[in-house]
Order: sequence, then structure tokens, then C-alpha cells
Amino acid sequence: MDRVVASCDEAVADIPNGASIMIGGFGPPGVPVNLVRALRQRGLHDLVLIYCGGGTEEDGIGGLIADGAVRKLITSFPVHPGAHAVRERYLQGEIELEVVPQGTFVERIRAAGAGLGGFYSPTGVGTELAAGKEVRLIDGRAFVLELPLSADYALIKAFRADQWGNLVYRRTMRNFNPIMATAARMVIAEVDEVVPVGSLSPEEIETPCLFVDRVVEVPRDWFRHAASAERR
Amino acid sequence: MPLTREGIAYRIAHDLPDGSFVNLGFGMPSLVTHFLPLGKTVLIHSENGILGAGPKAPPGQEDPDLVNANGDFVTLVPGASLFDHALSFTIVRGGHLTHAVLGALQVSRRGDLANWRIPGARVPGVGGAMDIAVGAQRVWVAMTHTTDHGEPKIVEECTYPLTAPRCVQRIYTDLAVLSVVGGELLLEEVAPGVTVQDVTARTGASLTIPSRVPTMDIPAELAGIQLVTV
Repeated sequence: MDRVVASCDEAVADIPNGASIMIGGFGPPGVPVNLVRALRQRGLHDLVLIYCGGGTEEDGIGGLIADGAVRKLITSFPVHPGAHAVRERYLQGEIELEVVPQGTFVERIRAAGAGLGGFYSPTGVGTELAAGKEVRLIDGRAFVLELPLSADYALIKAFRADQWGNLVYRRTMRNFNPIMATAARMVIAEVDEVVPVGSLSPEEIETPCLFVDRVVEVPRDWFRHAASAERR
Repeated sequence: MPLTREGIAYRIAHDLPDGSFVNLGFGMPSLVTHFLPLGKTVLIHSENGILGAGPKAPPGQEDPDLVNANGDFVTLVPGASLFDHALSFTIVRGGHLTHAVLGALQVSRRGDLANWRIPGARVPGVGGAMDIAVGAQRVWVAMTHTTDHGEPKIVEECTYPLTAPRCVQRIYTDLAVLSVVGGELLLEEVAPGVTVQDVTARTGASLTIPSRVPTMDIPAELAGIQLVTV
């Protein structure tokens, strides 16, 4: 039952070329930056990333894309400040983008984790993002069929874990992390701190341990974070 | 005179009722928080999992785990709650937000909204715009009446890619307040010093104009610059 592995390198060591990988996070909070850096060190290619943004140099995802490791990015908003690598690769025709409304993006992942075959959403009806999709009238309102989205791996970030992989989050670190934890075959969590089983309050555990396969502790340098926040 | 950006935000803030749950878009809509009158409780929703987002954190007091959807390090108001993205968009898509205030590139007479992509934008990105436009109980637009080149942004039919059809209920601009009522645009108010003719000359859609159009009640310092004659 002990899910703790010694290092980020060990945690991502078996990810193959061509793997589909969900990465949690929105803005800086909740991005497992140390797992992403370890993944970048692997020098893989043809990866399919499922990540809400476009990646930046700081979060490491921009670096993965700049390296040419990513064949396709399934995303919602890859046009934020700092998303240079994805822009350059896309304009060169070197990366495929699938752009999904943000609520649809998370619900497709939730559907996969919940064992559903998809869902009908009002979002996107009458727009170019619904082109080619099945539209169905339900109680007189139009909805578009959206299909589930799963992955081979999920790299997620939480605040604390116990040795079994029960996870708690803090502030806006949640975002996609608890949802992605349900929808990948191998779920790897980077946490600030690992604590003994029994020391987390059952009420505060948001991701139960059965969703989590590997846990890596990367103690956070709070001073460095405060300083980098100040510079923004 | 046309309102400043702050003037538009002020006018919107005064229409948000006590007890509202509101999502604010980037740019001009985000200014609304500065003008919420005291004594009114309005909780701000942020897509990344906040109900009750507060002002930006003072320098040196940022929490590295707490940002809003704009990526600003923010604070939480008393009574705030935090949740994951699935619940956040259950709130959005499920019709639980009382209001959304969004920017726009174009709004059509029937309330179609175009605000996510300019034609020819080389990299696409949509974010939460489509979910919010279909989900909020009331979608209000905050924008300048015309583009920087003087072209109307209120049009018969949007030429930019749609975010959602027939979703906008009200439009607040630097010149006027308009409501979409039964597929027609009703001119509700004009800014101080702006005439009905000023508005119609800068609008690309037919307007329903009542016999008397009230002038907005706006503090003089938020009324803006001299209108260039067209």
C-alpha cells in the first residue's frame, strides 16, 4: 500500500514515447513542476498532453513543447502570456492543437473518471467548436455530444499526501488535479509533504488513495515562491 | 461625453443587486469590483475554483497557491469557498451564477455574443467564455461602443466567430445602456452629454428608442472625453 517513491525521476521513469499525459494546474497553483521537469529530462517524443493552458518556461510545460516532445496538445486556453513555445510550434505546423471550452475540458475528464460514455452540453452550440458534433434537442434546448477524455498517465500536484496516497489540497491548487486523478491509468502525485497514514483528517481528504499510484515528496521552498510572487 | 472605462464599470456595479454571484471577464469587466457600493454583498466567482475572490494581495503578501482566473495573486473575502474545476463549471454551466459581465468584440441585435476569437487570429484559445455565456442567468456586456477605428461593435449580425447565440441581456458601453428584449435592442440610457443621435450614428443595428431616454447618473469624474463628431 505504500505509494511513496524516492524521486521525480523514478516516478516518471516508465513513461514511454507516444504516451498521453494529463497535467494538472491552472496558473502557477497546482502544476507539478518537478514531475514535469523530470519528464522533460527523459527526452521523449510524440507525447499527447492534456493541459488547460499553453505552458510557460516557468511551469516546464513550455520547455517540453519547445523540445519537440509533444505531438498534440488538448487544451482550453493556450494563448496566455508566456505561451511562446506552443505558439511557435503551432505556427510551424509542428504541434496539433485541440481547443476545448474549459468547462467541457474538465467535464470530459470527469466523465472518463466516472465511467460515462460522454454527455450532452449546451456549451458551444451554434459555434465553430461544435462543428461536426452530434446535436440533440432535450426539453426544447440544443445540446452537443461531448466524449470522455482519459489518459495513460496523470501528473498531478497536491499539498499533502499520506503514504497510501490520500491527498489534500490548499487554496486554488485543486483546479483540475482531483478530476485528473480519476481519469488516468497511472496517477503520479507531487506533494509538498508526506505524512503518516492516519494523520490526515478523513474529512479533508479530497482524493482518496485508490486513485493514486505514486507519490513523490518535493518540499517547497516557500521563501523562493514568495520572492517570485513579489517580482510579478 | 462618453464614459471612461471606470465609468462603465461604475454603472454596472450599481445595477448588480445585493446577494449576486458574479463572474467578471478580463479587462474592463474586472474593474466592476472597485465600484461595488458598501452595504451590498456581491460574491465574485473565478473559474479556477473560487467563490468570494477578493482584491489583489498586497505586495509581499501573495499566497503562491491562490490566484484568480486572470493569474493575479488575490485574496479571499470572509465567507469565500474553494473548489475544483468540475464544481466551478457546474456553477457556471448549471445556471447558478446570477450574473456574468463579459467583454465583447461584437454583439448582435438579438444578443449573439462574439468575444473569443478575431477572424485570422492564428492560434485559437477559448477558455471559459462559451460556458459562461450559455450558463449565467444574466449575461451583461461591458465594452466600448465602437472599435478603436470607429467601427460599430453592436451589429445586425456578428461577423466574428460566435461565443454563444442569443445570450446577452444587456450592453453597457461608453455611450449608452441597451437591453435585448424579444430580439430587439432597446436604448435604456445615454451617457451624460451624449445624444440619442450620437448613439444611433455609432450603432450598426436598428434600435428601439423610447420617446424619452434618461441620462445615466454618473459622478462627473467618471464621465470622460469629448466625443469626436462622425
